[in-house]
Amino acid sequence: MTARLDASPEASPRFRLAARATFNIVLIAILALIPLYARLAGDSFVLTLFTRVLILAIGAVSLNLIMGYGGMVSFGHAAYLGIGGYAVGILAKEGVASGFVQWPVAVGAAALFALVIGALSLRTRGVYFIMITLAFAQMIYFVAIGLDRYGGDDGLTIYERSQFGGILDLNNKTLFYYLCLALLVASIYLVSRLINSRFGLVVRGARSNERRMRAIGFPTFRYKLVCFVIAGALCGLAGALLANHTNFISPAMMHWTRSGDLIVTVVLGGPGSLFGPLIGTVTFLLLEEAMSRVTQYPDLILGPILLLVAIYARGGMAGLIGGRGNG
Amino acid sequence: MLYFVEQCLNGIQLGMLLFLLAAGLTLVFGIMDLVNLAHGSLYMLGAYFAATFAVLTGSFVLAVILAIVCSLGAGMVLEIVAIRRLYSRDHLDHVLGTFGLVLFFNELVRLIWGPAGMTLSLPPQMLGAVEILPGVYYPVYRLVIILAALAVAAILYTLVMRTRLGMLIRAGASNREMVGALGINIKLLYTLVFGLGAALAGFAGVMQAPILTVQIGMGENILILALVVIIIGGIGSIRGAFLAAILVGLIDTIGRAFLPDMLRLILSRNAAETLAPALSSMSIYMLTAAILVFRPEGLFPAASK
Repeated sequence: MTARLDASPEASPRFRLAARATFNIVLIAILALIPLYARLAGDSFVLTLFTRVLILAIGAVSLNLIMGYGGMVSFGHAAYLGIGGYAVGILAKEGVASGFVQWPVAVGAAALFALVIGALSLRTRGVYFIMITLAFAQMIYFVAIGLDRYGGDDGLTIYERSQFGGILDLNNKTLFYYLCLALLVASIYLVSRLINSRFGLVVRGARSNERRMRAIGFPTFRYKLVCFVIAGALCGLAGALLANHTNFISPAMMHWTRSGDLIVTVVLGGPGSLFGPLIGTVTFLLLEEAMSRVTQYPDLILGPILLLVAIYARGGMAGLIGGRGNG
Repeated sequence: MLYFVEQCLNGIQLGMLLFLLAAGLTLVFGIMDLVNLAHGSLYMLGAYFAATFAVLTGSFVLAVILAIVCSLGAGMVLEIVAIRRLYSRDHLDHVLGTFGLVLFFNELVRLIWGPAGMTLSLPPQMLGAVEILPGVYYPVYRLVIILAALAVAAILYTLVMRTRLGMLIRAGASNREMVGALGINIKLLYTLVFGLGAALAGFAGVMQAPILTVQIGMGENILILALVVIIIGGIGSIRGAFLAAILVGLIDTIGRAFLPDMLRLILSRNAAETLAPALSSMSIYMLTAAILVFRPEGLFPAASK
């Protein structure tokens, strides 16, 4: 006899898996058709909004890798978004416009910071981990404010998007959109390969019982650190995209509320599910947009919705669509 | 030297304010195991209540008392309506839910009081400065904050360590099922503790209101400082929160006051002036990170967990 009380035929695991796969495919298909809609309806704002959704979703996917699968709740994840963005912005200001330099530097710098931050933070657990990652993110935030040459508090306008030597023209909005979509799908694929590999199993094992994983001989610290660095690097890429999208960088990119937003989108979508971060980001940003169109006080409705999801939806939106799991 | 004494007092004053916030936060965290991001909203509400009642009643003292009572009430209602349902969920759901509450309260305040900030003016007898040491003058109101917060700290300590209610609170922190099994109304106890935390946060907001503008989002940055305080102090420990609050207050204030001069000794004037503000804002977080690297459970971990 199974413990699940709601194990009606419709809710069988097989059905749930199929429902979820269908939903994910439809979601990606809709996202792929957005530029077409934008052109037909002459609504370029939709394209801008969804480009932002895709970029932040990459950030959320990277946070989900450490938070949903590794149990490492980083309250400073927006720092890597900022590091990636500032790498692009600083190089652009210094006259290096080539994306072949900018983007690897963005990813590399974010990875390097994640390595240092992770190595120190992973000594702590639980809430203390949440707070130490926040502390590091705040330090980087204040460093950015202190960078007078790069705009300080006011931020820095980027006059030229990353150049890819005639292969890709990022000024083409549709092309940039598809680039973001491709990178998002690639990052979800990367996470799915990672979590199902031996490496991923160790990280997930450390999440459920770290002492046991160590007892059977896995140096869990190293595995978790590598996982943390991969997530930081991926988020650095999202930061490079975001800088190219808005043509602007500022310390506000890594204000602690940005890190909070990332956690909220992941939890809203369903931590520990592959498409959850994407679903959460789409839901959060669209709700925000929709509410601000119907009322002057959008957060009066958005706030309680988040509260209700926290209270009633186990496993976030992905949980509502088809149970909790790794699909 | 006189400047140094003054800055130390400012640091202690900031520390006292942080303690008021952190005490409520650490009680709720230690006892209900709830991560409450909305604590800063209660601080903001307290300040708005005080500013409103000051206009209505024309009396500062009356406004302060009414604002604290209203914060207590608001906290208890919030606990019954929403927070109670979050206890059984994990920390991430707490973050999502209370983040939603932060959005809600900011917008609610905008709806009721409008987007412009408010000010709370002090009664004339608190406006001046007194000579605390020969030649050292210090604003009366800042002394009032320090003394009031010290009094609250003493009351809180007596309440938690010397009364029956405090005994139940401590018992609830170490084993909630057992307290419930012994016939204590644990739900009511939690509502009371949350209300107490809200009243403390509201009191902090009230005390800060005459110094800063009362505005939307005022609770968010100080919430982060209060979280830092309870982490440094060790979650659930009021004594730890008290010491950590003073430490954080002093380091922040003294860093801001003296770092520019200290840097000028080793760096060029220009470099010092650009570096100092960033470095002094960072100092608290560097302290936090350093403490957690060497003491992963804070300075004074609560004995019971």
